[in-house]
Amino acid sequence: MEAMNRDKLFACIMATSFVLDDLRLFLDTHPRDQEALDYWRKVERVRNEAVKEYTKCYGPINMYDVNVEDRWTWAEGPWPWEGRC
Amino acid sequence: MWSYEKRLQYPVNITQCNPRLAQVIMSQFGGPDGELAASQRYLSQRYTMSNPKVAGLLTDIGTEEMAHMEIVCAIVHQLTRDLTPQQIIDGGFEKYYVDHTLGLWPQSAGGIPFTSTFFQSKGDPITDLVEDMAAEQKARTTYDNILRLVNDQEVCEPIKFLRVREIVHFQRFGEALRMIQDDLDCRNFYAFNPSFKSDFAKQ
Repeated sequence: MEAMNRDKLFACIMATSFVLDDLRLFLDTHPRDQEALDYWRKVERVRNEAVKEYTKCYGPINMYDVNVEDRWTWAEGPWPWEGRC
Repeated sequence: MWSYEKRLQYPVNITQCNPRLAQVIMSQFGGPDGELAASQRYLSQRYTMSNPKVAGLLTDIGTEEMAHMEIVCAIVHQLTRDLTPQQIIDGGFEKYYVDHTLGLWPQSAGGIPFTSTFFQSKGDPITDLVEDMAAEQKARTTYDNILRLVNDQEVCEPIKFLRVREIVHFQRFGEALRMIQDDLDCRNFYAFNPSFKSDFAKQ
């Protein structure tokens, strides 16, 4: 993944996450659909990379990804319901 | 955004059905001091919580309460699954059964349906946090009351776990209240709503 700015990276997480949200429902009722499974793997890989990169540069979006060094960073930065600041 | 993990926060494995006890424990699902009310209380309050650390705490405790709701529902489910009609009648479960069969539906032990009037979201951090601390104590008392009625160790253990979490949450909310107070005018802690910038009372 080339250098993406914060907005682009976040947009990528939003988009890939929603694809997986929707795909998950389809797979719940079609657990052996090969095309859907391939699509899941492909999108999940992109999402994982984007989340890893975003977390490294801008902080965690998932509690289990908090990188604990000198402090707990979970409550830093704006909360999602605050909208664009 | 939330995502679901396929696990309980504390395991529930109950081998003896007990519909009478299920009806009592159900109150911690949909009753006045239950886990559904707790989760919606904190998750509703966080939007106007002025301190971002406390907003995070409300998010995380609210999320944990949803996991507690799942534990309570798992207990009720395991106490009522595979009941025979005779067990339903002997256990005094017929009034619930007639409307819900063995499905989970949020109500108090006395049959009062869940309602959002069980909690408050007032938009004032001090008001809300004092409510939250009271709510944790009320839930802890309810678990104490339940524990006096339980002999089954398999039911007792998860209830004891939930009871202790109420105490931990009370402690954390107490700290949150102190953090909010530290942000206030020390000459007059309780006069104004710190989340409502143009409070007319200030003028």
